[in-house]
Amino acid sequence: MNRNLKDKLIEGLTGISVLIIILVILLMLFIIVKGGWSELNWRFISEYPRDGMTKGGIFPAIIGTALMTLIMTMAAVPFGVITAVYLAEYANERSVFARTIRFAVKTLAVVPSIIFGLFGLGFFIGFVGKDMDALFRGGELKWGQPNILWASLTMALLTLPVVIVSVEEAIRTIPREMREASLALGATKWQTILKVVIPGSGTGILTGTILAISRGAGEVAPILFTGAAYYLSHIPHSLSDQFMSLGYHIYIMSTQSANVDETQPIQFATTLVLLILTFSLNAVAVTLRYRIRNKAK
Amino acid sequence: MKEMISAGTGAGSMMGRPASFSRKRFRFSDWFAEKFIKFIAFMSIALVALIFIFVFREASPVFRMDAVKKVVDQSLVPEVYGAVPDQPVAEAPNHQEASAPDPATPGIKPSSTLLSREWMPVSDEPRYGLIPLFLGTLKVTVIALLFAAPVAILAAIYTSMFARPGVREFIKPLVELLAGFPSVVIGFFALMVLASILQNLFGYASRLNAFVGGIAMGLAALPVIYTLTEDALTAVPKTYSEASLGLGASKRQTAFHVVLPAAVPGVFAAVILGLGRIFGETMIALMATGNAALTSLNPFESVRTLSATIGAEMAEVVFGGTHYGVLFLIGSLLFIFTFLLNAVSEFYIKNLVVRKYQSRK
Repeated sequence: MNRNLKDKLIEGLTGISVLIIILVILLMLFIIVKGGWSELNWRFISEYPRDGMTKGGIFPAIIGTALMTLIMTMAAVPFGVITAVYLAEYANERSVFARTIRFAVKTLAVVPSIIFGLFGLGFFIGFVGKDMDALFRGGELKWGQPNILWASLTMALLTLPVVIVSVEEAIRTIPREMREASLALGATKWQTILKVVIPGSGTGILTGTILAISRGAGEVAPILFTGAAYYLSHIPHSLSDQFMSLGYHIYIMSTQSANVDETQPIQFATTLVLLILTFSLNAVAVTLRYRIRNKAK
Repeated sequence: MKEMISAGTGAGSMMGRPASFSRKRFRFSDWFAEKFIKFIAFMSIALVALIFIFVFREASPVFRMDAVKKVVDQSLVPEVYGAVPDQPVAEAPNHQEASAPDPATPGIKPSSTLLSREWMPVSDEPRYGLIPLFLGTLKVTVIALLFAAPVAILAAIYTSMFARPGVREFIKPLVELLAGFPSVVIGFFALMVLASILQNLFGYASRLNAFVGGIAMGLAALPVIYTLTEDALTAVPKTYSEASLGLGASKRQTAFHVVLPAAVPGVFAAVILGLGRIFGETMIALMATGNAALTSLNPFESVRTLSATIGAEMAEVVFGGTHYGVLFLIGSLLFIFTFLLNAVSEFYIKNLVVRKYQSRK
């Protein structure tokens, strides 16, 4: 009896932990939706901020986020896919080289995002950008300052492990027999990878890309000083322009805005837009991943 | 594939021309593709190395300026002190910009204040004491872990041990939804809502403090700890719990005395990774901790964490200056710490993988 009661109590405690988590999630969703819903409409999405950012929409922030993630994807996905192909197809699991690569990828995945920001500032802006200016523009400042290119590349480094992990998982679900059939027909290993392995892991590449975009769209720390701007009256025209981003917009509006209370609806609505964006991307990725895993069974 | 090659060799040697048959025809495209792929894969190692190098490189002026200062101090007699412009090593334009605020602080070397208890980087007499920042980070991290680790581990135990299969399929993705919240959103929630709720509950004075920040960061670390713990618990061979249940132990006893101990390395790795996540978290720290560099142990006072300091101040510093270097120094410390944490958890996860493999046999 006593033991039974103790069992019930402790089981109950574990159940309560789950409930706490779920309640917090629902509370967060509820409050953000409630706070942002009234402000969220077409004009909010399609207009520029007005009156010192106290009114108007978030159009440049949406476009800025989209462009940044686009450039980021173009950099991170090819690198990620090739690294995943190496790890899944070429690497000898026991070799020191392959294990070091794995460790490096895991390290990239856990390095705090602010460190990527520092790296972007020190490497892309202070080193690559400065040297590009010195070489091509005779020292005139163009690339040696924060812009959308450096921010996107910084973000690409952060999302690289996301792509690698997803794609490698997908490649590993391709049945061995398919590779063997291809090789038996006289294809070389490279031809097999190009014609069998990569097409077969298309869904995985898509999943990795979507997860990377969702991650990149939400991160703020890496772009704090590599390219995000407080306010711009135009969307970026070239790679050397700065850009506005949804996450950064939330941060400055809620901490550094001239009138934090008055702009609360805008802050909530921006947060809601960002959440809708990342959640719908995640939902697609989860569905795709579920399909890959089912196919593997 | 390996069998195929060895089969090929076997056939070849039977035919009496092993060399030509076992050595596959050299194809340039294949050779090149392999080298290229290997090179790209190598880039991820190079990247980690580059991050190391560049974050440290930017931090090094803190100590180099020290050396410069010392030379100046020793070689120049006090009366010519005003002759700052001919500082010997100030060849880069950055250094000249950087040395601008320095004349105001004749006696103080940048790095000698690193261990002081004041973080006042923009005052007339700048002090770069890291103690309050370390203390702040420690306070927030402890609070976040004390909140996140028990809740996440208990929830993982419920999910993998007690929940009915139908419920489990529903709980796991729901909890992992929390991982989809960008940290700026959690920070925003903490700033706008959580801070007020907690202040009403506990009635402390400053609205944003280590406690609020800690709880919010705990929310960010929860899904990390939860998912990895759940994986570790599920990886424990079914035979363990079957044996325990068969001997008459209750589900609770089985969970806490058999399965959980068997999964300890994985749970430990999960907590370590959660710790890394909290330690480097920037946006939540910036938004919810109040950002005052106080040296106090009171959890309800405002704090400034290491990462938040970088995030808040980097945009305003002189490129290449002392303050800039100190912020990079903080970054190097963060990087080293998370690197070590990852190395430790890697070691434990490897153990766990071996265990997983054994259970499948």
